[in-house]
Amino acid sequence: MFNRNRLISGGSIDRNKPINFKFNGQTFKGYEGDTLASALLANDVHLIGRSFKYHRPRGILTSGSEEPNALVQLNKESRTEPNARATEIELYEGLEASSQNCWPSVKYDIGALNNLFSRILPAGFYYKTFMWPPSAWMFYEYFIRRAAGLGEAPKEKNPDRYEQKFFYCDVMVVGAGVTGLTAALAAARSGANVLIVDEKPEMGGYLLSSKAKINNMDAKEWIKETLSELNSLSNVTVLNRTTATGYYDYNYITALQKVTNHIENSNSKLPRERFWRIRSKEVILAQGAFERPLVFSGNDRPGIMMASAAQVFISQYGVLPGNSITLFTNNDHAYTVAVEAISKGAKVVVIDLRSNVSNEITKLCEQNKIETYNSHAVTSTHGSKKVNAITLQELSNDKQSFVGDAVTINTDLLLMSGGWNPAVQLFSQSRGKLKYDDQISSFIPDVLVDNQYVIGTNNGNFNLKQSLIDSLNAGISAAKETGNKKDIEEFISEASEPQEFTTSEVVPYVLGSKPVTHGSKHFIDFQNDVTASDIFLAQREGYISVEHTKRYTTTGMATDQGKTSNVNALAIMSHIQKKPVGEVGHTTFRPPYVPQTFGAMAGRNVDQFFDPQRLTAVHQWHKDNGAVFEDVGQWKRPYFYPKNKENMKDAVNRECLAARNSVGILDASTLGKIDIQGPDAAKFLNLIYTNAWSKLEIGACRYGLMCNEHGMVFDDGVTTRIGENHYHMTTTSGGAARVMSWLEEFLQTEWLDMKVYCTSVTEQWTVLSICGPKSRELLASLTDENIDNTNLPYMRMRPIKVCGIEARVFRISFTGELSFEINVPARYGKFVWDKVMEAGKQYKITPYGTETMHVLRAEKGFIIVGQDTDGSATPSDLNMDWIVSKKKEDFLGKRSFVRSDTARENRKHLVGLLVNDKKTVLPEGSHIVDEANKKPPMKMSGHITSSYHSPTLGYPIAMAMLKNGKNRHGEIVLIPLMNGKVIEATVTDSVFYDKEGARQND
Amino acid sequence: MKYSLLNLVRNSFSYHENWQEAWSSPELKKEYDIIIVGGGGHGLGTAYYLAKEFGLKNIAVLEKGWIGGGNTGRNTTIIRSNYLWDESAALYNHAVNLWEGLSSELNYNVMFSQRGLFHLAHTVHDMQEITRRGYSNHLNGIDAEILDKEQVLKKIPYINGDGRYPIMGALLQRRGGTARHDAVAWGYARAAENLGVDIIQNCEVKGINITNGTVTGLETTRGSVKAKKVGLVPAGHSSVLANMAGFHLPINSVPLQALVSEPIKPILDCVIMSNAVHVYVSQSDKGEIVVGAGSDAYNSYSQRGSFDMIEHIMGPLVELFPIFSRLKMLRQWGGIVDVTPDRSPIIGKTPVENLFINCGWGTGGFKATPGSAHTFAETVATGEPSKMAAPFSIDRHYSGALVDEAAAAAVAH
Amino acid sequence: MFVIKCPYCGERDQTEFSCHGESHIARPENPNEVNDKEWGEYLFFRSNPKGIHYERWTHDHGCRQWFNVKRHTVTDKIIQTYTMGESKPEDNNV
Repeated sequence: MFNRNRLISGGSIDRNKPINFKFNGQTFKGYEGDTLASALLANDVHLIGRSFKYHRPRGILTSGSEEPNALVQLNKESRTEPNARATEIELYEGLEASSQNCWPSVKYDIGALNNLFSRILPAGFYYKTFMWPPSAWMFYEYFIRRAAGLGEAPKEKNPDRYEQKFFYCDVMVVGAGVTGLTAALAAARSGANVLIVDEKPEMGGYLLSSKAKINNMDAKEWIKETLSELNSLSNVTVLNRTTATGYYDYNYITALQKVTNHIENSNSKLPRERFWRIRSKEVILAQGAFERPLVFSGNDRPGIMMASAAQVFISQYGVLPGNSITLFTNNDHAYTVAVEAISKGAKVVVIDLRSNVSNEITKLCEQNKIETYNSHAVTSTHGSKKVNAITLQELSNDKQSFVGDAVTINTDLLLMSGGWNPAVQLFSQSRGKLKYDDQISSFIPDVLVDNQYVIGTNNGNFNLKQSLIDSLNAGISAAKETGNKKDIEEFISEASEPQEFTTSEVVPYVLGSKPVTHGSKHFIDFQNDVTASDIFLAQREGYISVEHTKRYTTTGMATDQGKTSNVNALAIMSHIQKKPVGEVGHTTFRPPYVPQTFGAMAGRNVDQFFDPQRLTAVHQWHKDNGAVFEDVGQWKRPYFYPKNKENMKDAVNRECLAARNSVGILDASTLGKIDIQGPDAAKFLNLIYTNAWSKLEIGACRYGLMCNEHGMVFDDGVTTRIGENHYHMTTTSGGAARVMSWLEEFLQTEWLDMKVYCTSVTEQWTVLSICGPKSRELLASLTDENIDNTNLPYMRMRPIKVCGIEARVFRISFTGELSFEINVPARYGKFVWDKVMEAGKQYKITPYGTETMHVLRAEKGFIIVGQDTDGSATPSDLNMDWIVSKKKEDFLGKRSFVRSDTARENRKHLVGLLVNDKKTVLPEGSHIVDEANKKPPMKMSGHITSSYHSPTLGYPIAMAMLKNGKNRHGEIVLIPLMNGKVIEATVTDSVFYDKEGARQND
Repeated sequence: MKYSLLNLVRNSFSYHENWQEAWSSPELKKEYDIIIVGGGGHGLGTAYYLAKEFGLKNIAVLEKGWIGGGNTGRNTTIIRSNYLWDESAALYNHAVNLWEGLSSELNYNVMFSQRGLFHLAHTVHDMQEITRRGYSNHLNGIDAEILDKEQVLKKIPYINGDGRYPIMGALLQRRGGTARHDAVAWGYARAAENLGVDIIQNCEVKGINITNGTVTGLETTRGSVKAKKVGLVPAGHSSVLANMAGFHLPINSVPLQALVSEPIKPILDCVIMSNAVHVYVSQSDKGEIVVGAGSDAYNSYSQRGSFDMIEHIMGPLVELFPIFSRLKMLRQWGGIVDVTPDRSPIIGKTPVENLFINCGWGTGGFKATPGSAHTFAETVATGEPSKMAAPFSIDRHYSGALVDEAAAAAVAH
Repeated sequence: MFVIKCPYCGERDQTEFSCHGESHIARPENPNEVNDKEWGEYLFFRSNPKGIHYERWTHDHGCRQWFNVKRHTVTDKIIQTYTMGESKPEDNNV
């Protein structure tokens, strides 16, 4: 029985290369060149899956990417892929696939019960029910969610890799059917750089399956010749298995190339897919058209297929999907398939909706012994898992009623053709405007965007010769636009097809034995189970606009995005509204053209490449010495250095005490550093910082606050005057880039006449901060210079040699201890660090991390911008009026201080808090209330910004922003915890340790 | 006809041919007491509450396209109220309270699904931020749970807790979740029309008539109409309408994008937000993975953004959920969001008498729909900002009293 | 995804740039002399037109220079780019 539908010869498959594969656990045989769909049809398997809503049995409708029905779960475990289209899956040895949305099996599916209840499940039924009792939606939803969905996501990490590529060209041609190939060749011969892509493995498009002639050659031969020339040209890139998915502004096109996902066991070095980002000066769309289904009762059973799909299966895959075939059509073109099938030994009956067919067709039928029923309709179909018979009946002249009796005939394959819809999806994505064309009863391109062409059937032109001549001209013209003007020969002389599509006789839906709205299954959107009666219902209920109908019925929202359903839905709406289809309008076509893999769009930006890690020059040392790291922006900073399995608290206590009592060392290299030079530098700093900078001596350091124009603190740091017109600014680690662009913004857009130049030097310097009473002794041992309090006093910088390396040593302190920040060029960072550690041994030098730094600075009441501030605090709110110049006319943020709300007295102010039990470390982020109720809500008056156990003081300390806090020192406030406990604390000044600053100054 | 299972069964016998229009298409009258400009959820809801709670009649909603076609039908449907500042928390929590009874109240299933919303924390700073917000929410009577890493990993299967920015914890609001966006517009429209509100679609406002500083009516593509009061709720076109009335707004309109995957069987049962890794994701009832992308920084009215915004969330999404790598994007789309400097809305009076505005919801409008509509209805009805609306006046941009959700939390909506 | 012509570097992909809102909004000469309303207008209020928009962009992954772009906010078409010091071009090329 294997391959019982396989023809002895013909097609592009290789009968010498059989391939074994599994579908629903059963082993089948196909051939190289098959798709899963063609191989299953060869084995007479028509039942592929179950539909979304009613779980109706479904088969294979099409032969391409527009397939709505034949979706499968491909492969297993980590390589499983849901909703894969059987019509696009290339067969390879060991392929495994299974049906989706069914349980326990595709043949016996419990979910098919929905079909029995379909009468109470019309479009939008869920909006009308599941509302009682009011809280029960989550209960109903649980079952609805399980019934919905199609395939399953993998449960493991994807073992495959994806790559991305940028590509620039003169002319991009989308679609390598005969029109696309013609345009590409014309452009290429004219000298342009050309890219041509096609979604199929074999290029050539629909005419690969036809008896068309081009230049007196078989189309197939002509395609082969043309492709071989294109492949031989160095200015042409030919990509098969590559689908243009998105068409964005300025001819930016995304495309997804299958690289190895059609190959067995893809453990190769190649990626699974490659995501192309293409910018083309000119774009030629040659995507062809989709055949339109007919809307009749029971049009969804397995064994019902598009006529063109049958043509492809016969000609390209050597599969005759049925022997007793019925063709239901409204146009001439479909007769080609009848002839083809008969030539392969099938019996064919044609049912034509039209009353009058041309003499030419009549003659064709006579010649080929095709039985025909003109002016007839298929009124119902029969068969539970596959069509086995159809009923037909003759239509009256106006097609509004039947004449004569219904006849039921047996058939094992029902083909349908309702005409053709140009594939305008990409064109529409590009912002091209569509219009409705009465001749072909579909939408065609109307207004093009810049630098774009649409050719052939894609443009609604179904005359082969004219299409090819247009394509040739488009190719020449596009090349010319890009400056490639070589004269070329007009290489298209003759072209014809046996039956060309000209027009079809369109009915919005075919009369059935029951009225269309009376439970008749006239399907429009096969995957989402939207029927003609759903469209009627939506229109009746006021969901009149196309977008409302689409959303209410979900037509066109399935994974095929309405490629086969949209135009049919619009035709029915037009019928109901008694308006031309063009006036009904159409929904927006949204990218991607076909579903596009997340992983391919993510590319290599995952795992270790997800986000860069910024590491200091000393990073390896920290790692080797057991540091636990903290992410600060992209930086990895040592958080603390646990010793002998210490916990964080013990480690931090130890580090703090070492820094206070002997010497601690911090890698402060991540601090933002900006080199500022120029004659107007001081003037500039005066405008940037809140305090005055004009009188800063060379070698002196000053702390500054920066406000944004709203008057809110947004960064701080110490800036040092290095030379006459030269300053070294430091910023917070996280804020460095923000400050840099802030400075540039004002220099480049506001104060254009200022001569100031800013350079980010964060990475150029390694900063070792040593602090503690022994730090001077330690530094002295590493330099020949005199660094006593006179020669290097507090808030001074000296360029001296440390360990023989030219360094800038800043005597500044963020810990309140005697402290030196040694800046050395980053390439010497590790060397100097090692030397300092070695020399520091005798002082038991202790490396400390960011947590200890935070504790030490909190003991001193120093703020951290971004922790103690949140973008809503002014300098005055932070009790830092001392740093706001009263004399300066202007600086950024100044004007905002005097606005009514900003100048308000009872804003939140920075305060210190000491818990009354001397034990509890308040959670950072907990809130202060005036009155503690038993239960929320409670009125809040502030929140804790910083909170630590102070090892130096032996009790917890905290900083908080408290409403009117300046005037509330000494008050007792309440902090309710999540667990219901309420902690009492006393409001204090925010400096807890060494208020006079004796330790840092001496 | 009431929507119920019983009526659904009953109507099935007549093949559902007896359902009435959910809302009709009346002609524009010459004059209304109140006109609401903008037929999204906020506008339709405003009209509904004006009719229901303030007993007002003779109200019209004018919509330039089809109702719910703007941001109402373009968002990622996330609902939560765990905002930091008291003013925002009150407003958004009012919305959540209304969401909880909305299906019953409107007799239209808006499918409010309180599946829980997690804000992930990946850094010490994130932890401080969620703790602060969690405490603030808790004391404001809004449900908040602060979870550690283990709890997060237990509750969210398949999430990667050890990526470039390991998960440290999360803030969970169990009452947060999602709703069916279209149903909100349709449900309000149907309920409003039942109370006598005229819903006029395909009616674009072209001019605002003002006499002596007071609004008197509108010029529309369907002719002139008089109005005693006008409420502007035109998300995506707020500045355009304000300019017609002769004033500027502190607003920029920028593209915001979102996308869905193909439908798959249930795999993600809650809503996930992560600032550090830039992920905003949930799974719809249909099975689609719904992903919010960032907004572009440039002004645009084209309802489409740049593709790199879509690409930029793919790395983070796959980083956080490696199992999503083989899923496929089905659809991407864009909307226009009106962004204010402090990421808080503007609700209240305008420089023109009897002309009111409700706008500037930025990326967070959907979740606020019932609360916004309700409080704006009160504002329009009484002519004075409601208590809840008062902090969100235009004037805060002069006084400096911003409700700065952006600066405080740096939380995406 | 625009192609933007940096006045210093030439045409580049949009991903190299970032946008910083409306341009030609001068900081008041002397902020102390404007009232709260005028100061608020300067800080926050923007024209946000549906049509021609003048805006500031920086070539972040390039020359890091700020410059002006004249662009239509419905078609997203860039009409002109010009350097910071240049005066605002007329609104004529719609």
